[in-house]
Amino acid sequence: MSGSKDAPAGGPLAPGTPAPDFKLHSTPDQLVSLSDFRGAPVILAFYPADWSPVCGDQMALYNQILPEFHRLKAQLVGISVDGAWCHAAFAKDRNLHFPLLADFEPKGEWARKYGVYRPQDGICERALFVIDSSGVIAWSYVSPIGVNPGADGILAALEDLAPK
Amino acid sequence: MRTHFAPKLVLPVSERDHIRGPANAPVTLVEYGDYECPYCGMANSIVDEIRRELGNDLRFVFRNFPLTEVHPHAEHAAEIAEAAGTHHKFWEMHDLLYAHQDALGDQHLAEYVTLLGIPTTEVKRALAQHAYMDRVHEDFMSGVRSGVNGTPTFFINGSRHDGSYERDVLLAAIADAAR
Repeated sequence: MSGSKDAPAGGPLAPGTPAPDFKLHSTPDQLVSLSDFRGAPVILAFYPADWSPVCGDQMALYNQILPEFHRLKAQLVGISVDGAWCHAAFAKDRNLHFPLLADFEPKGEWARKYGVYRPQDGICERALFVIDSSGVIAWSYVSPIGVNPGADGILAALEDLAPK
Repeated sequence: MRTHFAPKLVLPVSERDHIRGPANAPVTLVEYGDYECPYCGMANSIVDEIRRELGNDLRFVFRNFPLTEVHPHAEHAAEIAEAAGTHHKFWEMHDLLYAHQDALGDQHLAEYVTLLGIPTTEVKRALAQHAYMDRVHEDFMSGVRSGVNGTPTFFINGSRHDGSYERDVLLAAIADAAR
């Protein structure tokens, strides 16, 4: 059985594709589904791992920009293959105010479904998806794994979604 | 899907900025930084070295990008530097803050204000009323929209520098931009 049979051949799911409705642990005893957010845009930020250095850390940056995402009515979730306890410790240490989801078992299942798993490394890509309020992917972007993509692309995509 | 985009500085350098070096320098280096960030502290020494080396061939601009969720003193430090700026002492304060990154509590900031001969009551009031908060936030958002992805982030002649900020790497990138 191929471990990547679910991965779309063409890389990350493209705009216009219905976003696969995941259900993942945000804490050891809480599950979060994409459909929980229906009615509001959602930012999915796949990232390789918890505990990267602070000042250049993508999640620390998004945490700081969270009020701006909320102003645009969007909800943010981070996703990596780290387990829920690891996420809990990381979120506490970094004072994060948004959920981190554990794509942990089966490992990388949802990253594969979104086309952003790196089987050779056992982690997901640094990939961003903006999903509109009806659950359809509006924008996606995969950053080079070592480059924090920042938030300008996300904000531009959210502004495109906002009523003119 | 976009596979690559090269972030550009969206807010051009202007009179609103704190600038070191001549306006007609061939290269402008803009840094988005946080006074409590240890990496910015290291980068600041490197920038000082590069400025000395390049003299009038470099214009350096500093903008605030405080990551307050991880650096509890960063916002007040940024506001104090802006307050000093209205007394034409931005760079003196900037240098003091980076020289004392382990002492950025409000009491320490007050000492630096006194040290630079800036009226302390006025600065205290400005901090309490968040008089410089909007300015710091404007810097911050201009960074976000330009693709700042952590601190420090540098822009060389308006393009984000994605290499390291080691002296030789930064110098080489500046030399490239000057060509």
